Amino acid sequence: MTDIAAEQGTGSAHVQVRGTVLTVRRVDAYYAMTVVAPGIAARFRPGQFVAVAVGGQETSMLLRRAFSIHDVRPDHGGTVEFVFAVVGPGTQWLSERRTRDMVDIAGPLGRPFPVPRDPVSCLLVGGGYGSAPLFPLADRLRGRGSTVDFLLGAASADRVFGALTARRGGRTAVITTEDGSMGVRGLVTDVLGQVIHEGRTDVIYACGPMGMLRQVTAIAGRYDIPAQVLVEEQMACGTGVCMTCVLPVVGEDGVTRMVRSCTDGPVFRGDLVRWEDAGTVPFDALGAPGWKPRRPAGPRPATNGRLTDAD
Amino acid sequence: MPIDLRTRLGHVELPNPVLTASGCAGSGRELAQYFDVAKIGAVVTKSVMLAPRAGRPTPRMAETPSGMLNSIGLQGPGIDAFLQRDLPWLLSRGARAVVSIAGGTVGEFAELAARLSDASGVTAVEVNISCPNVEHRGQVFACDPDASAEVIEAVRGRLRYDVPVFAKLSPDVTDIVTIARACVEAGADGLSLINTLLGMAIDTVTMRPVLAGVTGGLSGPAIRPVAVRCIWQVREALPDVPIIGMGGIRTGRDALEFILAGAAMVSIGTTIFHDPSACVRILRELEEELASRGVERLTDIIGLAHEPHPAPGRRLSRSSL
Repeated sequence: MTDIAAEQGTGSAHVQVRGTVLTVRRVDAYYAMTVVAPGIAARFRPGQFVAVAVGGQETSMLLRRAFSIHDVRPDHGGTVEFVFAVVGPGTQWLSERRTRDMVDIAGPLGRPFPVPRDPVSCLLVGGGYGSAPLFPLADRLRGRGSTVDFLLGAASADRVFGALTARRGGRTAVITTEDGSMGVRGLVTDVLGQVIHEGRTDVIYACGPMGMLRQVTAIAGRYDIPAQVLVEEQMACGTGVCMTCVLPVVGEDGVTRMVRSCTDGPVFRGDLVRWEDAGTVPFDALGAPGWKPRRPAGPRPATNGRLTDAD
Repeated sequence: MPIDLRTRLGHVELPNPVLTASGCAGSGRELAQYFDVAKIGAVVTKSVMLAPRAGRPTPRMAETPSGMLNSIGLQGPGIDAFLQRDLPWLLSRGARAVVSIAGGTVGEFAELAARLSDASGVTAVEVNISCPNVEHRGQVFACDPDASAEVIEAVRGRLRYDVPVFAKLSPDVTDIVTIARACVEAGADGLSLINTLLGMAIDTVTMRPVLAGVTGGLSGPAIRPVAVRCIWQVREALPDVPIIGMGGIRTGRDALEFILAGAAMVSIGTTIFHDPSACVRILRELEEELASRGVERLTDIIGLAHEPHPAPGRRLSRSSL
């Protein structure tokens, strides 16, 4: 009855620091904040996130805001950059920070993207600023000899994050916008099949809204290729203690559990997430009314031997 | 000279009075990344039930002014996994474990107590009676003195005599002293005050409740004055019963306020979500607060606010009264 976190370990230690803000930049519809946090930068692996306290020491906003790490750099001993949209008073406060202000930041949190052992053809799919964590992943994949194609989409041109970087760094980069203001008019999922076909994609990595991740997983399944998805669930703590960011995921033993996006994720194998049941507790989930303890079954055959996070 | 922070959890001595609050620290493992869990008074574990439990659908949480609402639904692994995995881990780290238990019937509470009796290393048991009683139309045990007493009596009867039992009370009652008294008469060695207050939030964009569970428990500094009031009232009525105080403690000074009201120990809850290393910070701050007031022993000031105001110029320390 071990849960996923216990089986796979919790990885390297987290760091909580009061870090100095280096820059806050406006990037189209978003903001990018760079904070000096050497301990976080040193431990970071692509897919991990930071949890940032907002509002200062006497804040009335108690919950940390979680953001994927977009970049780490060696300057000032080590900096981390994350991207956010202003959606409420907490992110508004963050956007008003200036150089030399301090922010309380914890990280690197969560399980990173597993990366292939051998060079393969990777497709990185991002919706909105969900593309932010894909760029350090692209660097890592290229460092291991894999090829990287990008497929980025958003409602409009100003909401496509990193189009230029994708075009510069990707073997190919396809952009979609719903209003047609950049690239192909439509959704990333409208062109995904074609991009997979043309790029002879072996692995998909995706980050964006739940609906997009669900579609990406379904299409990847049709092409029989694995999809690793980074979910953006609402979190309160980011450290695994509050149990608010759960979603139904099927374990290696075939049992569905309500697992925490923050510590069991935020990266999941797409085909193990029960997308149609997200937001609910499936009747047969471990500990749900319809769940029945059963004899332990034999291990399920591994369907995805190419990916490893052993490094 | 170092301040003597030792305090008593029933007949068990703790090295210091700062604990985690149940449901805000898991079983300690996650927080061990941020501080040494053996350094604080004890880890109060998330309420464990007999069977594994999936909890409620999402959204389970809403941020509110200086607080939050939660509706987790007691998601947890069940007592078997807890005893096999979580409790041994805590003990291996040298931490003291206060095990919180929850059930839907008196019988479930009793069976949990029996299971914990067979385990070694349980410092104390905190009984979360803010659960719906499935045998009584879902009425919360903690809202009825007889139901509360029945649970405590059953737990006390099945638990090893040397493990203290603390009853965790809900503030959502007309008179908390009535419930406190019923629990103590039923055999509780101490009381934990307070659990969350029932609250609700509505999303004005969707025009529907924010939480999937509609209502949720309100916690955080927003409820701190309610907690202080409850501790004050219970201490006034039952001055010899040890109290674990909790409800929005954020700093060492807040902890001091609870101790002055009558708490012998404090639990840190929602603040952990904001600051995962809060427990050790608050412990350090509390020590500084005591030092700056010339207090040598923590036990000297437990419930001090109940005593008449000293003459001007006198130190606020019981040893000097």
